[in-house]
Amino acid sequence: MPDTQIDTRPLKAEVKNFSFFYGSFQAVKNVSAPFREKAVTAIIGPSGCGKTTLLRCFNRMHDLYPGNRYAGEMILHSRSPDGSVRPLNIVHPSTSPIEMRMRISMVFQKPNPFPKSIFENVAYGLRLRGVGSRSELSGRVETALRGAALWDEVKDRLPQNAYGLSGGQQQRLCIARALAVEPEMVLFDEPTSALDPIATSKIEELIDDLRERVTILIVTHNMQQAARVSDYTAFMYLGELVEYDRTAKVFQNPGKPLTEQYISGRFG
Amino acid sequence: MTQAAISPKELSVQAATRLRPIERTIEFGLLLAAIFSVFITAGIVYVLFSEAVPFFRHPDVSVWKFLTDTEWTPLFSVKHFGIMPLVVGTLWTTVIALLVAMPVGTIIAIWLSEFANAKVREIIKPVLELLSAVPTVVYGYFAITVVAPAMQPVYTWLAEAINSVLATVAPGASPIATELPLFNMLSAGIVMGIMIVPYVSSLSEDAMRSVPMLLREGSYGMGANRLTTAVRVVFPAALSGIAASYILAISRAVGETMIVAIAAGQQPNLTANPAEGGATITAYIVQVSMGDLPHGSLEYQTIFAAGITLFFMTLAFNLMGAWLRKRYRQAY
Ligand SMILES: Nc1ncnc2c1ncn2[C@@H]1O[C@H](COP(=O)(O)OP(=O)(O)OP(=O)(O)O)[C@@H](O)[C@H]1O
Ligand SMILES: [Mg+2]
Repeated sequence: MPDTQIDTRPLKAEVKNFSFFYGSFQAVKNVSAPFREKAVTAIIGPSGCGKTTLLRCFNRMHDLYPGNRYAGEMILHSRSPDGSVRPLNIVHPSTSPIEMRMRISMVFQKPNPFPKSIFENVAYGLRLRGVGSRSELSGRVETALRGAALWDEVKDRLPQNAYGLSGGQQQRLCIARALAVEPEMVLFDEPTSALDPIATSKIEELIDDLRERVTILIVTHNMQQAARVSDYTAFMYLGELVEYDRTAKVFQNPGKPLTEQYISGRFG
Repeated sequence: MTQAAISPKELSVQAATRLRPIERTIEFGLLLAAIFSVFITAGIVYVLFSEAVPFFRHPDVSVWKFLTDTEWTPLFSVKHFGIMPLVVGTLWTTVIALLVAMPVGTIIAIWLSEFANAKVREIIKPVLELLSAVPTVVYGYFAITVVAPAMQPVYTWLAEAINSVLATVAPGASPIATELPLFNMLSAGIVMGIMIVPYVSSLSEDAMRSVPMLLREGSYGMGANRLTTAVRVVFPAALSGIAASYILAISRAVGETMIVAIAAGQQPNLTANPAEGGATITAYIVQVSMGDLPHGSLEYQTIFAAGITLFFMTLAFNLMGAWLRKRYRQAY
């Protein structure tokens, strides 16, 4: 079933011959793939294949630990306020990791709210970017919490500590925190693996709504989840990108036997 | 097949049953140890009270006068038994010590935990801990030979400034002394603070290092730098442990004896100026204990009255610490 539809969305990011090394261990091997703007791309593959590792390259998380090395190119087609697009090599030594983290937000596998109030958690990134006025903060915090489908549950308890929320609420709070700064991309690393089915479906709905606003990369172990939420799917195996295509294509008519085996649950 | 039919669950139940007698013995031993420590504490409290009660029953003394009299002169011919000069001396030296130890200790802890690399930390930590291993006598002499003389010009400058302000604001008021006496609570407190720094830095650092990396990554992921992450995320996450280190520092400062006995002078002094000499509860106790007062005399019993006061002060700080720990306990 050849894919006849042409995707007219511009490219948001591109990896070209990209590799990543933990010391001498190569965890990502010569990966190349395009990522369309305002599309959801799922990264799937068996445990240890390098999904998390690849994802964490996008916001230079690996810079926090010594001995890590990037090779090849990882381009972000960054949009300036005036509308012009400028390619930026995320992993180039001269690119500031802080700038990349300002542009690309991340939601982690386990909810990690800060030991602060619900309000201050969402305001954290805004304050870092110099937003100081109370009214602007309130407005943007509310927008972000609405965007994360959490506003109705927390609007009366914004000054309370975030640790009082349930796991699912905490994860949506982390999504609100990531969205509040209006990032160009959001990275999700198995965002529902620590949650129950109801909290999971809430977050999936949320990701579905977000696709209109922001480019999303999501790592998941859940095949149904990948099929439900993503436009594109990347299948990785032992650090290599085995297959990358439209999600419908990957799931219905995979191009490689390995992909077919993994999707049908024969290994992994 | 008979042996293999036992499920792993049954096996573990069997193992647990077999271990029972040994566990019982261990449990009993632990109970004994716990009871023993309770008895020791109870014994100390009993001795304190049994010696202090006759003191308060004495016709020359009353609890009211003990708390309100502004002089403490049990060893003079005209005797006053007001504990406040000693309490104030204790509070002044403690506050000054904390003003040194809390900020310095916290900054060192943040630096060690969030900025220093492993190699530097392994060198700095033991060196710092050496600070609290120095005998307190040495600190006492350090206070009078180095700190007090070094403070002299600073104090003179400060006192003259205060006096000139006083002269304009309240022309009638008597000016404060511009000379720093050799024995004063300020230098004793500062030196005590230096001694306490490692207590604060070491415990606070442990608390901050046990904050999960995931929380830091969350902060870095939002675009924060190291300092912001340390101050706005790691510090509040470790607050219960940091508060515990402050409480330990307070207990240590309130109970410190040798430094204040040597460096603060031994004159009980109810004063609002920490640059004067003074005596603390502990310094008074050691002063009397080293004299040759007859056991059972009123003068001798004063040290138990002072001891009880110290006991209640420390108790209050510990309760406060327990409350703080509960209040700021984090569930990260
Ligand atoms: N800090 C590290 N140092 C060295 N090797 C690492 C490190 N983190 C991960 N690895 C290795 O890199 C490879 C990829 O790990 P990664 O965490 O990216 O896998 P993953 O696909 O996300 O797996 P999972 O589905 O279990 O989360 C694995 O072989 C792993 O052992
Ligand atoms: Mg992973």
